[in-house]
Amino acid sequence: MATITLDTVRKVYGGNVEAVKGVSIDIADGEFIVLVGPSGCGKSTLLRMMAGLEEITTGDIRIGDRVVNNVDPADRDIAMVFQNYALYPHMTVYNNLAYGLKNRGMAKDEIDRRVKEAARILEIGDYLERKPRALSGGQRQRVAMGRAIVREPAAFLFDEPLSNLDAKLRVQMRVEIKRLQRALGTTSVYVTHDQLEAMTLADRLVVLNGGNIEQIGAPIDVYDKPASTFVASFIGSPAMNLLKVKADGNGLALATGTGLKGPNTKGRDAYIIGIRPEHLEVVSAPGEGDGIHLEASVNVLEPVGAESYLYSSFADGGDEILVRVSSHARHEPDEKLYLRAAPENIHYFDAETGQRID
Amino acid sequence: MVTSTDYGRVARFTAVFTFFVTLLSLGIALLLAVKADKVLRGASSYKTLLMWVYAVAPPVAGLIGVLLFDQHVGPIVELFALFGWKMQIGVSYFDTSFAMIVTAVWKQIPVNFIFFLSGLQGISKSVQEAASIDCRSGFRRFWTVTFPLLAPTGFFLLIINITYAFFDTFGIIDVIVKNEPGNNPVTLVYKVYLDGFRGNDLGGSSAQSVILMVMVFILTIVQFRLIERRVHYT
Repeated sequence: MATITLDTVRKVYGGNVEAVKGVSIDIADGEFIVLVGPSGCGKSTLLRMMAGLEEITTGDIRIGDRVVNNVDPADRDIAMVFQNYALYPHMTVYNNLAYGLKNRGMAKDEIDRRVKEAARILEIGDYLERKPRALSGGQRQRVAMGRAIVREPAAFLFDEPLSNLDAKLRVQMRVEIKRLQRALGTTSVYVTHDQLEAMTLADRLVVLNGGNIEQIGAPIDVYDKPASTFVASFIGSPAMNLLKVKADGNGLALATGTGLKGPNTKGRDAYIIGIRPEHLEVVSAPGEGDGIHLEASVNVLEPVGAESYLYSSFADGGDEILVRVSSHARHEPDEKLYLRAAPENIHYFDAETGQRID
Repeated sequence: MVTSTDYGRVARFTAVFTFFVTLLSLGIALLLAVKADKVLRGASSYKTLLMWVYAVAPPVAGLIGVLLFDQHVGPIVELFALFGWKMQIGVSYFDTSFAMIVTAVWKQIPVNFIFFLSGLQGISKSVQEAASIDCRSGFRRFWTVTFPLLAPTGFFLLIINITYAFFDTFGIIDVIVKNEPGNNPVTLVYKVYLDGFRGNDLGGSSAQSVILMVMVFILTIVQFRLIERRVHYT
């Protein structure tokens, strides 16, 4: 158990490519932190720097009270779960789990106790004498988890551990990882590009973009109050509708075209408004109630089972908007659509910087 | 033939020769490959430097060996002379064996190096990273993770090298003994040639070659039986 502190950590490759640009995070003891972002945002590099697999260009990483910048990976008291599991192919499952403990000179019976205990927790007791190649993807994933658990480390580092599994197993393992981390109470850092995984697992989310932190916060806070247009479009599925608007008399209008009406509550000339698909309500006639009103026509209705997604666009082209509707809703292509968003569900962002305006 | 002291002597030398050539060429090549795998800058020139020997034909390698070990101008002879060892190639049995082994090893290192290097590069990077988190000592990590994963390559090379030492070193031996076998060390395959074409004993030569074939056959079976069982193929 330990805290992890990142203090303006930078990573520069080859003298000029800056992969991580001065990131600072304080991770509390026992906290589950998820680093999320698109590929190339520096999230894996950041995790690998914590593990000691990557040099830190400048800045400090502390695990507990100790600065670990120059500490060997084996001495950092961390365990890592890799994307492709990285099991030792020539060792049995038992030895895969025991290897790290043997190298630390632990007594045989203590190793045995820990391996058996981890095998029990992960339900891999029946495979202990098998080699990894004789296991399925899900079982390998459990062994990889087991290898981390037996170490009883100060922190778990997960590098996209679920991305090689099929969709059903992924959901199952996701729940299991969460349950396990709760039970063990070990500080965990988890890297993923999957925003759903990030939302469901995290105590706190760290949204990264281009080597910078865009936002840190509890998943629901990030969802409810995205700090920028980047976060707004990245977190939440389907993504938030972002529309460029401008002042029009006392009200608002689309920056390019017609089809939007609403009060200019922020008193600016131009900004971006964001409305999540579930916050757009289909109404029978234009102009009913306060908030923002849209007039669009239906392009495609996409049923996904529990709900349907309605893709629609404004009369004179421009941005497409996505509306989440009930799975029983019936809409025909080119049908005229009146939409309304309540004032509390509208997000405002600066037109230039994309930063949230409150 | 089998009871002849001469044949026994040659067979013993062949065994010793094969053992050292295989051991040294595999060992040195593995060491170089492990180092080359870690080199980041100038890696390609380092590799080229090690591999060009591969393109040298065995008799030419033997000739280069002869030059290096020359009584009067050989730099290796001069080097050892500094330590008080006066090498006499073609005269001293031990010195000649030494020169043969060194030349044969030198000729074989590039092949082993290429295979070991590609074997090393085939080991998953994340497995090595996982090992670096699990084990602090690089030496121990090598013997517990890298080496077992290289075993298929190593096993293949072991067979190739034994075959090489048995048969392909003919050219090197021929150049070093300079057609004057006399008291010089020769291997079984060279003796087949000597007895058959120099000694005009075609019958004895044929018998020897059959025995040689059977020996290699048995050796390969033993290797497959004993060693391959412990090899892990991914």
